[in-house]
Amino acid sequence: MNLSLHIWLIPLLPLAGFLLNGILGSRLPRWLVSTIGLLAPLLSFVLVLNAYALTSISAASCTGCGPVAAVPLPYVETFPYPWIAIGGLRADFSFFLDPLSLVMLLVVTGVGFLIHIYSVGYMAHEEGYARYFSFLNLFLFFMTVLVLAGNVLLMFVGWEGVGLASYLLIGFYFQRDSAAAAGKKAFIVNRIGDFGFLIGIFLIIVNFGTLNFSQIAAVLALRATWHGGVLTAICLCLLMGAAGKSAQLPLYVWLPDAMEGPTPVSALIHAATMVTAGVYLIARTHFVFDRAPFALAIVAIVGAATAIFAATIALAQNDIKRVLAYSTISQLGYMFLACGVAAYSAAIFHLVTHAFFKALLFLAAGSVIHAMGGEQDMRKMGGLRKKLPVTFWTMTVAVFTIAGFPPLAAFFSKDAILYAAFARGTGGVFLWLVGLLTAMLTSLYMFRLWYMTFFGEMRTADAHPHESPRSMRAPLIILALLSICGGWIGIESFSEYLAPSVGVHPIVSSNPHLELILTIVAVLVALEGWLIADKHYRRETERPAQLAAAMPAGYKLLANKYYVDELYDAVLVKPLFAVSRYVLGWVVDTAILGGIAWLLAGFANLSGMILQRWQSGNLRSYAAWLTAAAAVVLLFVLVAQGALPMALPLTRMMHTTGAGH
Amino acid sequence: MSFLQHDVPLTWYLLLSAVLFSLGVVGFLIKRNVITVFMSIELMLNAVNLSFVAFAYQWHEVKGQIFVFFVMMVAAAEAAVGLAIIIAVFRVRATLAVDRINLMKL
Repeated sequence: MNLSLHIWLIPLLPLAGFLLNGILGSRLPRWLVSTIGLLAPLLSFVLVLNAYALTSISAASCTGCGPVAAVPLPYVETFPYPWIAIGGLRADFSFFLDPLSLVMLLVVTGVGFLIHIYSVGYMAHEEGYARYFSFLNLFLFFMTVLVLAGNVLLMFVGWEGVGLASYLLIGFYFQRDSAAAAGKKAFIVNRIGDFGFLIGIFLIIVNFGTLNFSQIAAVLALRATWHGGVLTAICLCLLMGAAGKSAQLPLYVWLPDAMEGPTPVSALIHAATMVTAGVYLIARTHFVFDRAPFALAIVAIVGAATAIFAATIALAQNDIKRVLAYSTISQLGYMFLACGVAAYSAAIFHLVTHAFFKALLFLAAGSVIHAMGGEQDMRKMGGLRKKLPVTFWTMTVAVFTIAGFPPLAAFFSKDAILYAAFARGTGGVFLWLVGLLTAMLTSLYMFRLWYMTFFGEMRTADAHPHESPRSMRAPLIILALLSICGGWIGIESFSEYLAPSVGVHPIVSSNPHLELILTIVAVLVALEGWLIADKHYRRETERPAQLAAAMPAGYKLLANKYYVDELYDAVLVKPLFAVSRYVLGWVVDTAILGGIAWLLAGFANLSGMILQRWQSGNLRSYAAWLTAAAAVVLLFVLVAQGALPMALPLTRMMHTTGAGH
Repeated sequence: MSFLQHDVPLTWYLLLSAVLFSLGVVGFLIKRNVITVFMSIELMLNAVNLSFVAFAYQWHEVKGQIFVFFVMMVAAAEAAVGLAIIIAVFRVRATLAVDRINLMKL
């Protein structure tokens, strides 16, 4: 049986939505714009479900051979004409479906569709409705290309494309200077990471002679003793790209600013899907990373450092979306940590559950912001529990999920990561400790957010909060259910499903007692974070201010995000500006290039001034010059041929000095 | 044509051609009347034609003679265009002195 899954339609449908809404959207009524905008991700999602069904459910089970999937994985669809073919190098428009990309697709299109629904309610009163939906569809197009790409180059196209969509959506309110600046910042910081990614691609071309993921894996399988060396360089370059896209140290600075975009965009792009592309990249190229232990260690260290670094910053932020942004960075750090200890399936598991609960957190926060009329400062909120019951309960689910309480989704995935780190030996125990501390901080800042927003008394007089419309509540409830149940599949069966893509790694419990103890420790730590938050932000609300006053230096350090933006500004941006303005601008451009141009122009001008005297306008002077020039040419030719007796003196000289004459 | 075949050497024709050409050059340079200048040009062209014919005869080459037809044709076209321009200029400037026709001056 030769079934086609038509996975090429999964990216192309959102592209069609982008083109329709982008070109015609401003002339269409809103309901039609919403229909087009929603239909594209819905159809893509249905296609993904269809692909999932056909690849995992048996079509016909013959006796003795077990269930046979209708379409075996991995499944490849290739556009019949090559995209790039230079020498032996060949890159095609090929879409590659395996368990890993299928899981990613389910998340991207599924959560993406829910956020599209939410956007209908959230953006109802905004300008640029069609522009918003066309950009959102454009993002889905590029994201699905990124996920489905069968070679590194096509993945890079999707990679750059989601960066573009992210830029456009961060700067959606482009009339606001801060939004335009945030968009630029995201784009430029990502460009630094993409530079590394590009170098990595070049190194892959040079060393493997192919860009195709499966062929790279095949080359590595043939050369079993190939470790480290150039593979480490490739992995570090890829890590640079991944750190840029996934907002890891030291390239995380763009993500908090990206919160300038509309909240559903933050939920979709800057929490659930795009920022996890770095994790996906590492999992996709894991066969290279497995051969470069040093690079893997760097991945783990970057992840752990980012996790705890961002978690401490989140403690002192008052903007509800910024808390969530730092929380996203911290959770992405967890995923990198998991990749770094080669627990790729745990990383992807956490990626999936994180997509559920972080999208839910952002959408609930959006609902709060919507209810407060655009207010994002948590110090001006409070007591919203009664006013926004649906938002409150879904947010509660999300907060308990991210804190890691059983039996919610993140409990399973975070537990798998911590266990995988612990099982990694001495260095792994250190990583585990960092992860544990981060888990406590996570619980602390999330319950702080919860208490400051929903408990106590309303701290603004003129706000009239109201529950959000149904189109916003429905995605909240669905995502809350997913956040509860998303982890029940369990890491064992999840890694078994992913094994064809990312290989089997020993994270499945070998020691049930140890695992139980670690789990209990993790839950206790989360509980501790909750208790601290409860004490400081519910019962004794004057305590945080006292603490901050007691440690002014420490508090200021956290509230100002360790002054990293200021540091980058002083060390990188300011010198770059100075070099651009003074060295490149004044010396190179004005003095050298401008000077050369001025000299050339001056020479032309001067010679023109001299030569124009020839243009007397007198016909007879022209004729005289013409004749004189013709005579000179004639003379020259004749002398050259020796026809004129010009050489006479020379000849005579020879005659007088020569013998006999 | 017997005198060509036997008596007159090539050099004479070339000398005649050179004299005619030089007359044309001098006329071209010193005459003020545009029409005279124009006729000087025709004189130069025909001096060259004479050389062509003489060489063609000497070397038994028909190409030179054919070339003369081309020159005559171009000269005829040039005469037509040139005279038209002269008439047009005369209508505007009411003079044919080349010194007074200096519109191209910057």
